[in-house]
Amino acid sequence: MERNQLRRQAAYMRKALFDQGDLDDQFIQLEDLQDEANPTFVEEVVNLFYSDSARFIENIELIMHNGPSDFEKLDNIMHQFKGSSSSIGAKKVKKECTQFQECCKAGNFEGCKKALKEVKQEHAALRRKLESYLQVFQILYKKLGHIKRVRS
Amino acid sequence: MSLEVKPMFSSSSLKSGDGFSDQFPVGLRVLVVDDDPTCLRIMEKMLGNCLYEVTKCNCAELALQYLRDNKNGVDVVISDVHMPDMDGFKLLEQVGLEMDLPVIMMSADDSKDVVMKGVTHGACDYLIKPVRMEAIKNIWQHVVRKKKHEGKDKDFVNSGGVEDEDQKQKVFEDGDYSSSANEGNSNSRKRKVEEDDDAEERDDVSTHKKPRVVWTSELHVKFMNAVDKLGIEKAVPKKILELMNVPALSRENVASHLQVEQFFHHNRRVDSITRFMGPPNAAFGNASAFNGVDIQGLAAARQLQQQNLAAIQAAALGRASTKVSVSLPSHDNRNIFNFENPRLNNDNKQIDLLHGIPTTMDPKQLASLRQSASTFGHMNMHVPSPAVQNNPSMNQMLQQSRIQGLNGQSLNAAINSNHVSNLPANVVQSVLSTAIPSTVLGRNGIGNVQGPVYTSSSVPSSGVGLITEFPSNSFSFLSNSGTPAVTSKGMFQNMKSEIRGPRALVPSHGAFNELNMNMIQDWGMQNAGLTFESPLRSNMGVLGISPSTLVQQGFSSNSKNVQGQSKSPIVNSSLSENPLRNEDERIPNTGFENGLFPEQYIQEDDLMTALLKQQDGTGHVEGEFGFGGFHLDTLPQ
Repeated sequence: MERNQLRRQAAYMRKALFDQGDLDDQFIQLEDLQDEANPTFVEEVVNLFYSDSARFIENIELIMHNGPSDFEKLDNIMHQFKGSSSSIGAKKVKKECTQFQECCKAGNFEGCKKALKEVKQEHAALRRKLESYLQVFQILYKKLGHIKRVRS
Repeated sequence: MSLEVKPMFSSSSLKSGDGFSDQFPVGLRVLVVDDDPTCLRIMEKMLGNCLYEVTKCNCAELALQYLRDNKNGVDVVISDVHMPDMDGFKLLEQVGLEMDLPVIMMSADDSKDVVMKGVTHGACDYLIKPVRMEAIKNIWQHVVRKKKHEGKDKDFVNSGGVEDEDQKQKVFEDGDYSSSANEGNSNSRKRKVEEDDDAEERDDVSTHKKPRVVWTSELHVKFMNAVDKLGIEKAVPKKILELMNVPALSRENVASHLQVEQFFHHNRRVDSITRFMGPPNAAFGNASAFNGVDIQGLAAARQLQQQNLAAIQAAALGRASTKVSVSLPSHDNRNIFNFENPRLNNDNKQIDLLHGIPTTMDPKQLASLRQSASTFGHMNMHVPSPAVQNNPSMNQMLQQSRIQGLNGQSLNAAINSNHVSNLPANVVQSVLSTAIPSTVLGRNGIGNVQGPVYTSSSVPSSGVGLITEFPSNSFSFLSNSGTPAVTSKGMFQNMKSEIRGPRALVPSHGAFNELNMNMIQDWGMQNAGLTFESPLRSNMGVLGISPSTLVQQGFSSNSKNVQGQSKSPIVNSSLSENPLRNEDERIPNTGFENGLFPEQYIQEDDLMTALLKQQDGTGHVEGEFGFGGFHLDTLPQ
């Protein structure tokens, strides 16, 4: 793809992600960390997040499977998941996590179930969006060689 | 010497004074602990971008173990609060007690009570996740602050210089204002108060709720100096305390330490005790009352053992007449060496530390053991007699002994008896190695830098080609040293694990495979349990192979191919893939294993299972090699 075209596309996608609240400032921190020594850092971290975060959701589902039980435990797991999500700047996911935690604190099992559903949805949606974005981003980065140029 | 509060110090000297190089905080050695791999990776990168040397660990227990094994190998610890295996605050406490390193907590939880908990548990700072680069950049301040605290104490004792004291106090004030959750402030003020009034300070101190005193090597050395000076009969806590001149120490601390010392000397013959501690009755009451309480004594003074090991090693160093002309990064080291040397006269009455050890031992061995044992007379050497009865060989004796101290001493003796000629060089190397961990113990997360990371001030030129060869691609100098001293560490670990059993210790085997492997090479002894991929590993660091390559090689050659199992398209596959997550099979990847984990990723692994399986086959490993006195990381205390 032609460089300018790529640039525009990347910029557009990126803007969308931020404008729609999928990503926050932390993602920019990640991008800033990408450099020659780690030319695929962002992708690496995102992949890491997705391969790791699955277990959180699994655990929560497992616990919730048998009905309302240990809200504190659920809260703890979700807290960790939230921390992880926040480290890649997954804004919407983070928000849904908080929602889940609120329900836990209130002992609201149904609320928890709903919130979990939202979390999963956002989690999956972000994944798709990031995959697309990162593809373009990565090509562009390779061409331009520096993160600043990618963003300009 | 004025201290400017900015990253670069215009320091007059690299070695003395504040001990910081001109490049500081470049090369600051950070240990980051977090069970979240995403966060860990990000932290690693951020810290790497600050040109710090990063070691990452996803398990608190392993982190603790790493810290214990690498005393003075880490400048600051950053730990998550919520971790599955150990509460972050507990880790914080332990680190504070055992190693007295600055610890920074981090968490997504920013609620006041959690932050408060961090402060009260002694955290230097509290970072809210997601952590930003700006927050990371300034962590060096905590190291400086802490060093200033310690430096003050030492200068106090060593130079007795009023100027230094004033200057350092001034420095305290300058540096104190920048941290958010600043422990340093209260500490510095407290110390100032304490120093101002020697007589009253102890009362003040004892009424404060202060952390339990850790009897580090330096403290112990001062203690022993004081005791020696006073003479056994006069060595009462109050006088000892006065002589020691450590502000934060109370009479009670000294008194209890004295008691502990007594505990450990009860097995000695009277003459030896007289030599070092005076007649048993004089200061210690009825020593015989202590007989048979080995285990308790052991438990009580466990902390001391590690430091004693350092002293043992120091003693051995001195004993080998090594002119260790190393200017070590901290005063501590010098203390140890200085302390030991005066004691190394063979006129000492032989202490029969081998009380209970059968005379079926080779008399020559026994003699040499005794000889070296005398050196360590004042150390906490405790011999559990019953366990050793049936073992004619020293190996087995070591195996069955339950105290590190004993092991160290006996092994050391073996070293001395068998390999004296080798000792100096090895020792020097080990000392140097220990003194210069920073150049190597780090990962290559630093941009495209291939140059040296933090070159510690104390790098002497002689015989340490180890250091210069290493690119920032973290690989342990130890792997190349192939010295018995180095490997002894591995043995210590092995013994410890064997003796103690807890899982947390066992994995350390993995860390020292390299060492043991070298050991095998050196001594031509086969230790099946510790065999590892030797050719691969011994070359890794020097060649500066890129991290990803190393990781893959390392994996494929030994355990099930973890990399192969990786499903996600990560380029620099870190070791934190889910397939790796197997709670029971992890290794602490300490700096010594950097050949395998160039990122110095301390994490258990399937590798460990393989190693452990091998380990299980062999019962005793260490004894044969006769090392053990040189627990590297405890050297530069």
